[in-house]
Amino acid sequence: MSRPARAGAPADWRDGLPPGRDGYSFAFLDAGAKREIRRRILKAVAIPGCQVPFGSREMPIARGWGTGGLQLTLALIGPEDVLKVIDQGADDSVNAVSIRRFVQRVTGVRTTTDTPAATLIQTRHRIPEEPLRPHQILVFQVPIPEPLRLVEPSEKETRRMHAEADYSRMWLYLYEDIVTYGEITIGARYPVLVNRRHLMDPSPIPRWDVERLDRNPALMLFCAGREKRIYALPPHTLVEPLQFEDVPFRVESFAGRRCRRCGSARSFLDEAIDEATGRRSYACSDAAFCEKVRKAGGRTAPEPEEGGP
Amino acid sequence: MGYVAVRGGEEAIGNAEKLLRAARAGGDSELLSPRQIREQLHLAVDRVMGEGSLYAPDLAALAFKQAAGDSFEAAFILRSYRTTLPRIGYAAPAATERMRVIRRISAAFKEVPGGQILGPTADYTLRLLDFDLAQESAEATRRAIREFFQAAETLEPLPERFPKVVALLRREGLLVERRKAAAAASPVVDVTREALSFPAPRSAQLQTLARGETGGLLALAYSNMRGYGSVHPVIGELRVGYLPVEVSHPPDGGLRRIGEIKVTEAEVIARLGREDGEPRFTLGYGLCFGHNETKAIAMAVLDRAMSASEPEAPSEDQEFVLTHVDGIESMGFCNHYKLPHYVTFQSDLDRLRRIRSSPSGPGEAGPPDPKAGGA
Repeated sequence: MSRPARAGAPADWRDGLPPGRDGYSFAFLDAGAKREIRRRILKAVAIPGCQVPFGSREMPIARGWGTGGLQLTLALIGPEDVLKVIDQGADDSVNAVSIRRFVQRVTGVRTTTDTPAATLIQTRHRIPEEPLRPHQILVFQVPIPEPLRLVEPSEKETRRMHAEADYSRMWLYLYEDIVTYGEITIGARYPVLVNRRHLMDPSPIPRWDVERLDRNPALMLFCAGREKRIYALPPHTLVEPLQFEDVPFRVESFAGRRCRRCGSARSFLDEAIDEATGRRSYACSDAAFCEKVRKAGGRTAPEPEEGGP
Repeated sequence: MGYVAVRGGEEAIGNAEKLLRAARAGGDSELLSPRQIREQLHLAVDRVMGEGSLYAPDLAALAFKQAAGDSFEAAFILRSYRTTLPRIGYAAPAATERMRVIRRISAAFKEVPGGQILGPTADYTLRLLDFDLAQESAEATRRAIREFFQAAETLEPLPERFPKVVALLRREGLLVERRKAAAAASPVVDVTREALSFPAPRSAQLQTLARGETGGLLALAYSNMRGYGSVHPVIGELRVGYLPVEVSHPPDGGLRRIGEIKVTEAEVIARLGREDGEPRFTLGYGLCFGHNETKAIAMAVLDRAMSASEPEAPSEDQEFVLTHVDGIESMGFCNHYKLPHYVTFQSDLDRLRRIRSSPSGPGEAGPPDPKAGGA
């Protein structure tokens, strides 16, 4: 592979990015890295919810900003793919824009904000409100892949706990939470049991989205670049939040509030406080979904998904 | 609306980048050339190469310029360039006896074979601001340097190789030999291609430390030196110099020298260990790219500290040290908190409101109605 001497090249770079694909492999990563990552994905798919270590590469975005998700996206994307990138549900959030622009620049693929039109969706902290279809891939950016980190700082020890399916300390944590607060206090990043075997961190999605992981028809892949772990939920995998018989899992409550833009009462809402009046108002976190509902006539409660929460 | 400002994507990002350029080069002074940085800010360049884990002085100087002197950012830029380079092969192990030394000292013995060579060091200078440098005359400075080297030409050149100080102790059987067993047991791991697993083999430990962030290594090593740990180090030998890089040549498998790299090496002798009954000294080893003595010594102390079988302090816990010393990872994660966290915060807010409004309140296990107010 020939490569231009890059020491003198940056003058040609626009906005700190290489011009098109010249001088870089398709999708930035070299073929060896992509092959390795794909192999680890296969292993992760074969053992749902199990964290598979991999040789995480440095990316031109910072650790903690989605380098894991980005590596999966780059390893999987092909010229025919249609890419959607969201952050906190929004396509126009700065980090989503930055990642989409980078992938677009090094692959030339088409991008979209429309969930059903995308073949590959990279996300931070949300699952799109519109239901996913078979053959779609949802790539999650994961800050802390280890659900047991809450109760055990040592990696050596948490590996043992997973190997033995010893999740007693996690259960105890939840129980103590209820004793102390009358409620489980975990907001986002709610631990789930996958395929009745592996405890998994679903990434910091809200509890609203946790139930939507269960038996989802799309392939869901998770990657933590800094912690160097890949894990997966193959389509239709059983995913259950940890819950007690007498204290069931509960998603976020919006107490019947609606999105102030589209009127939806069946989507996850972001809260905003009006500076002048101090009143709280709510809007859809999934900006593309919100836009679609508005275009379709707005202010009517839509059906964002079937059989969802 | 407060949050509108962080939306708006492309245009805002574009303008932020233009402002960044203005902040870097907006004054009316002459723009820095990477060559100036490489030659005159060489210690910064060395640090960037070490933490960026790529020996490339010109590129490191360029990264330092681009990052406007932020060493974290410069190392990060260099690393993300490094990641695009194919892995062609591995160099042969280099014996540091063969280092072309520019500085070499021992704090363990007053007289060492080969002698103490101070080299370029600020150790014994008074750190007083030198106001003359503010109006430095290039001509006068260069002339003084020339004259100094001319006078030095009459001196005997340094020997090609210096014996290692610790080899003296080793020959007498006073050092614990952990190298043989460890090296035989596991092949060299490449931490850029494999995630760390614990307990990490020594090769993975040393690689991780060698590309660690100087300040991070120092803080952990210092905690050990100060009292949260038990390494009482003596610097057996500290070397700075050039090490030949050799690779095996495919046709005949013979070693060919492809260049040399500047490195700093520290060997720290620590208190007695008693592994096979006989009391012996133990050794900590540090080696990093460029001239960076603080890093090499801190690395050696940590290497020794992590050999404790029962960690009693953070710096003795291998997992604690190795997972927290990488500057690219720690600074990236620290800064990611600037990203929006609306969704997670909303979720936490929901929990807090729920707990506060719970009729049973904290302390009683009776849960409120299931699904009440749910989606």
